[in-house]
Amino acid sequence: MLDDIAIRVRQNIGIVTAVLLFTVLYLLYNFAHPRGFSSAVLVQNGDEIFALAMLAMAQTVPVLASGLDLSVGAVMTMVGCFASYLLTGAADGTPLHLDIFGLQLGLGTFPGGVSGILLGIVVCLATGTLAGFINGCIVVYGRIQPIIATLATGAVYIGIALFLRPTPGGKIDEDLNWAMTNSLGDFAATVHIFDDGAASWFAPVAWIPVPFVLLILIALVVWVPFRRSVLGRAVYAVGSAEGAAYMSGLPIDRAKIAAFTLAGFFAGCGGLFLAIQTSSGNADIPQAGAYTLNSIASVVIGGTSLLGGTGSAIGSIFGAMVLRVISFFFRIFDIAPLLQPLFEGLILLAAVSIGALGVLRVKNTLELFR
Amino acid sequence: MSSASLSLSRDDRPILIAALFILVILVAGTVYTFARFGSAPLLSPTYLLQQLQIGAFLGIVAAGMMMVILIAQIDLSVPWTLAAAAMMATSIGGPFAIPVGLGIGLLVGLINGIGVAYLRVPSMIFTLGVNAVMRGLMVAHTGGYAPQTAATDLMRTLAGDRTLGIPNALFVWAAVSVLVTIILQRTALGRYVYAIGNKEAAAYLAGVDTRRITVICFVLCGVAAALAGVLLAGYSTKAYQGMGDAYLLPSIAAVVIGGTNILGGRGRYLGTLIGVVLIVLLNSVLSIMDMPEAGRQVIYGLVIIFMLLVYGRGERVTS
Repeated sequence: MLDDIAIRVRQNIGIVTAVLLFTVLYLLYNFAHPRGFSSAVLVQNGDEIFALAMLAMAQTVPVLASGLDLSVGAVMTMVGCFASYLLTGAADGTPLHLDIFGLQLGLGTFPGGVSGILLGIVVCLATGTLAGFINGCIVVYGRIQPIIATLATGAVYIGIALFLRPTPGGKIDEDLNWAMTNSLGDFAATVHIFDDGAASWFAPVAWIPVPFVLLILIALVVWVPFRRSVLGRAVYAVGSAEGAAYMSGLPIDRAKIAAFTLAGFFAGCGGLFLAIQTSSGNADIPQAGAYTLNSIASVVIGGTSLLGGTGSAIGSIFGAMVLRVISFFFRIFDIAPLLQPLFEGLILLAAVSIGALGVLRVKNTLELFR
Repeated sequence: MSSASLSLSRDDRPILIAALFILVILVAGTVYTFARFGSAPLLSPTYLLQQLQIGAFLGIVAAGMMMVILIAQIDLSVPWTLAAAAMMATSIGGPFAIPVGLGIGLLVGLINGIGVAYLRVPSMIFTLGVNAVMRGLMVAHTGGYAPQTAATDLMRTLAGDRTLGIPNALFVWAAVSVLVTIILQRTALGRYVYAIGNKEAAAYLAGVDTRRITVICFVLCGVAAALAGVLLAGYSTKAYQGMGDAYLLPSIAAVVIGGTNILGGRGRYLGTLIGVVLIVLLNSVLSIMDMPEAGRQVIYGLVIIFMLLVYGRGERVTS
């Protein structure tokens, strides 16, 4: 039994390190925070963590298949811009029209009210998923290297986002914004369930922030079943040895497409939440790039190998949270804003370099070149 | 098809197609300008030289990027290496401006190379971290504002002036190109670079000090980025925040459009040169057409996908 646990810990040393690092950092943060261990702090942190955590999950799946998705930030931005049109919550709906080089196309009216918002959420997530699916098809059928294929599609998605929102704007339904970015109690009160969140049995969980619940829900409902499916295992197999996976008769093409499609879905979730949180759509190119790069950093800190085949999206969530908590510390310890980017970079460098110190123990140099 | 012409075509085909595509862009752009304005600026040497002058900065960055891509690595620290070199060169000033700027590039390349070659951190993530550190250093140095320092006269002359009607920046780009071509085709270093890109373990077993070569490639890339930064500062007479951001992805795209395999080991410098010209001309045609940023991004992405679909397709892994 103990041996079994020891083996499992050794196999997942990356994830275990990320979880421990996060736990220690987050406890320290809460001790140092004047209002630490309160629901308010937790809610604020949850809102700041969610989008990056989703992008980290998104990045993990292609990385496991030893691909890299440089378009996750672009998909997130594009979905956010769609959301800023579809989730306005206007009672009588939103008229949609396209303006392509002066050509006006009316597309009818998007339904309003609650059903409209639900439909809008579905459309937004479907858009992200479709973007990921296109990435997967280009990689598999076009046989273009993932890194360069997604670099190109990322430019296309950012272009669409800019087309939708040349300047930041749009609107998200206030109730939706309130319900999604606060605690479960506020959520229940906004959507009028459980006696507006006042039910006595509900009280013990009412303090939990909605973003954390969503994060756990998405991980349990989407990631865990995927990982246990044949396709999920094929993704791991493709990442560790594509030739062997092919010879074993695994559906490698479908696995790769599934990996990128799932990445699109996760990135779409992140974009949807970011739009809801900021109540607007913004085709911010630097922001999209920063999110993409931070998602790669999260994946690495979360213990997933960039070579593919080992790791987990759960680890990446913790990787993303470690990255974010580091920036929370800047607020607590009053580090001059001018020095913050420097510290962020140094910590990122230190984190990946310490993980690499194992190479000093390698006796056969040839083992380094795999 | 004989094996000789096949092996020739594998590297030459991308270059040829990219060159043809440049012609297509020129013709399409000229037809457009002729129909709309009744003139053909794309065919005037003055205009083309001016565009190439702007393209020289991208060309120099891409030359360095190619060295790194050929050994199957990537350098994401280019944006802030470029900016840091420009900012330090302008703030030092005087005769040491350019050496200091290039020194920054050398130092960053050295750090990148050591991290990637000796610590074996994936270059994707290590250079990303170095980029963040350089950005942090520059933000701390400048206070986050546009630096008030100006480029030296020599920097301005090198980047902005003309000799015999040809922009000096083009001469610098040509010198860099000749140097890279000689390194890749005429020196042992060049052979090693291709060997490492094909299979590092095999190169190591063949007696190549692969880690030293890796460091050298990153140093060359860092110095190239720094040189572009120094020139760009001279061209715009000052350094500014984020001046390197527009060079990272286009430089990778130029290298790949030119037929260099993103997984390393294959590609010719002539291709990178053509890739740069293609991107520069595409940009200038789109700006003549008053294309909004949204359309530019979409077309830019579609062109990369299209070019790679034509000649950049990998082989199926079947064993």
